[in-house]
Amino acid sequence: MSTATSAPSPAGPQGPGSSPRLRPVTVPPPLPPLSPRVGLRATARHSFAIARRNLLQVRNDPGQLLDSTLMPMIFTLIFLYVFGGAIWGGREGDYKQFLLPGIMVQTIMFASRATGFTLSMDFGSGVMDRFRALPIARSAVLSGRIIADVCRLLLGQVVMLTFALVIGFSVKTGVLQAIAAVGVVLLYGTALAWVSAFIGLMVKSPNTVQAVGFLWMIPLQFGSSMLVPTETMTPWLRAFAEANPTTLVTDACRNLLIGGPVAGPLAGSLAWCLGLMLIAVPLSIRQYRRR
Amino acid sequence: MTMGIQVERLEKHYGDHKAVNGVDLEVPVGTVLGLLGPNGAGKTTTVRMLATLIPPSGGRARVCGYDVATQPQQVRQLIGLTGQYAAVDQDISGRDNLYLIARLLDLPKKRAWARVDELLERFDLVEAGGKLAREYSGGMRRRLDLAASLIGNPRVIYLDEPTTGLDPRSRNALWDVVRDLVAEGSTVLLTTQYMEEAEALADSVVVMDQGMVIAKGTAAELRARVGGQTLRVKPMRPQDLMAVATTLARARLAGHVDHEAGLVQLPISGPNDLTIAVRAIAGSGLAVSGIDTSIPSLDEVFLTLTQKQRGGVEDTIQFWRIE
Ligand SMILES: Nc1ncnc2c1ncn2[C@@H]1O[C@H](COP(=O)(O)OP(=O)(O)OP(=O)(O)O)[C@@H](O)[C@H]1O
Ligand SMILES: [Mg+2]
Repeated sequence: MSTATSAPSPAGPQGPGSSPRLRPVTVPPPLPPLSPRVGLRATARHSFAIARRNLLQVRNDPGQLLDSTLMPMIFTLIFLYVFGGAIWGGREGDYKQFLLPGIMVQTIMFASRATGFTLSMDFGSGVMDRFRALPIARSAVLSGRIIADVCRLLLGQVVMLTFALVIGFSVKTGVLQAIAAVGVVLLYGTALAWVSAFIGLMVKSPNTVQAVGFLWMIPLQFGSSMLVPTETMTPWLRAFAEANPTTLVTDACRNLLIGGPVAGPLAGSLAWCLGLMLIAVPLSIRQYRRR
Repeated sequence: MTMGIQVERLEKHYGDHKAVNGVDLEVPVGTVLGLLGPNGAGKTTTVRMLATLIPPSGGRARVCGYDVATQPQQVRQLIGLTGQYAAVDQDISGRDNLYLIARLLDLPKKRAWARVDELLERFDLVEAGGKLAREYSGGMRRRLDLAASLIGNPRVIYLDEPTTGLDPRSRNALWDVVRDLVAEGSTVLLTTQYMEEAEALADSVVVMDQGMVIAKGTAAELRARVGGQTLRVKPMRPQDLMAVATTLARARLAGHVDHEAGLVQLPISGPNDLTIAVRAIAGSGLAVSGIDTSIPSLDEVFLTLTQKQRGGVEDTIQFWRIE
């Protein structure tokens, strides 16, 4: 920096009654040309920086993970030992083998709601102002959130699968299929996280976000093959259940783990997930820009 | 002179309410503008528009020549903002807060950590650096917030009531920081409720009320509008108040009696007024509990300018010198 000598600055007193001060004005170096937009690579970097921050929040308060780890375990035990006999009746095979892939899907559905809630919390605090006054793409905050949440969802899946193996679930296929099973569920979780983000950006209060996020998923969760076979449902419900993405994802996951037809449910799952994201991603980005 | 900030007829409407109503500002590069005003004057709204957080409803604002409405991305590369309410992430540590911003400003990892340590040092947060921001005291949080806004060495810095809630030591430290920044060539826009702060830091002062600029100039110019020094004499016994006034009047001094405060005030106009007054009081034998002089504080200037005259004026009685 160069110091231009004693160009008088507008007079201002140093204290009561002092004479106008003269001080050298430092002239900063000329401005480099500034770019009107943020490059893609920079946006990717920014997204990861924000994802790191979101994951640090989880590390500093691991209690946040209870609803995507401990809760599904308790659910498993309740369904297995309380409802299991009644649900399964005298069917062939083991309800445990049927249930655990479903619980993996349920885990991810519950956990995906945190995306909207945490976004809503961010908007309620001052950090968003800080982000918005920085030369970063606005979408980086959103994608950073999603990246961190996918990590969180993956962690939940690993914990649940381990838990399943510990209580006696057995994978009848192979390692690759098991990875694919987790992959499908994770993709569904990601799509739901985007929907959750949209809800979080639409609704003002974090508590309402929680409630709305819970309500819209009830039909998706219970009108599906997640916890019970669909054959016993009334015809209209069964029709709903069979078109339900939760059913398709559960079936794909289940059959990838314990054997059975995979192609149909897998194709249906992919179509649903991509479709959901095709709608929820642009809507979320648009809503984010408006807030 | 090149302008760091240039604002012309800036407006912000919320429904029918004009939070900012035709504000003009000019801040030359390397200087500090103090933006003063009572609650609700529109200071924060102005700053938020200049920081590209909200779009103006009318008028124009440029930062180093870039328009805040049409070139926000460029403006964001130039500014640092310390808002009225600390914008730090409560759920991560102070260090992680600063590192996040450093990374978002594209510092490579190693340089980012180095910059973080430098700022923690500068703002006396080294020890607290590893603690979660939610465990910080209000003043620590404000310092962290300020540190965060300086990471990128911004050309133009907005400080919205930066010393509200700081203890005197932290406040002085912050003032020093602002002086350093200006010495390095930064342009600063500072909002405050305190004339003292504007006087200590600002090259020029703009007073806002109800969304409009009601006065501008240097702090000294504004003070000159309200007048000079005043002598205040407080008798020991309240019933002597009129006797004191009479004594001063006989000594050919004019002033007024403030019953509520229990003292006599007179403007000091001549070089000998003070001596004459003291001598007259001494000669009268009246017991006095206090004699002092006061310079109208800039707060008084401020109150006068914002038409919010303090009470007690009706309670005073003028007296004139006895020829
Ligand atoms: N988002 C908003 N919606 C409606 N009115 C608003 C909004 N933001 C500010 N206002 C109004 O604009 C006016 C100016 O507010 P602003 O926050 O700019 O004042 P200020 O000078 O910063 O006051 P303070 O000293 O209290 O911080 C106020 O009357 C306020 O009610
Ligand atoms: Mg304000």
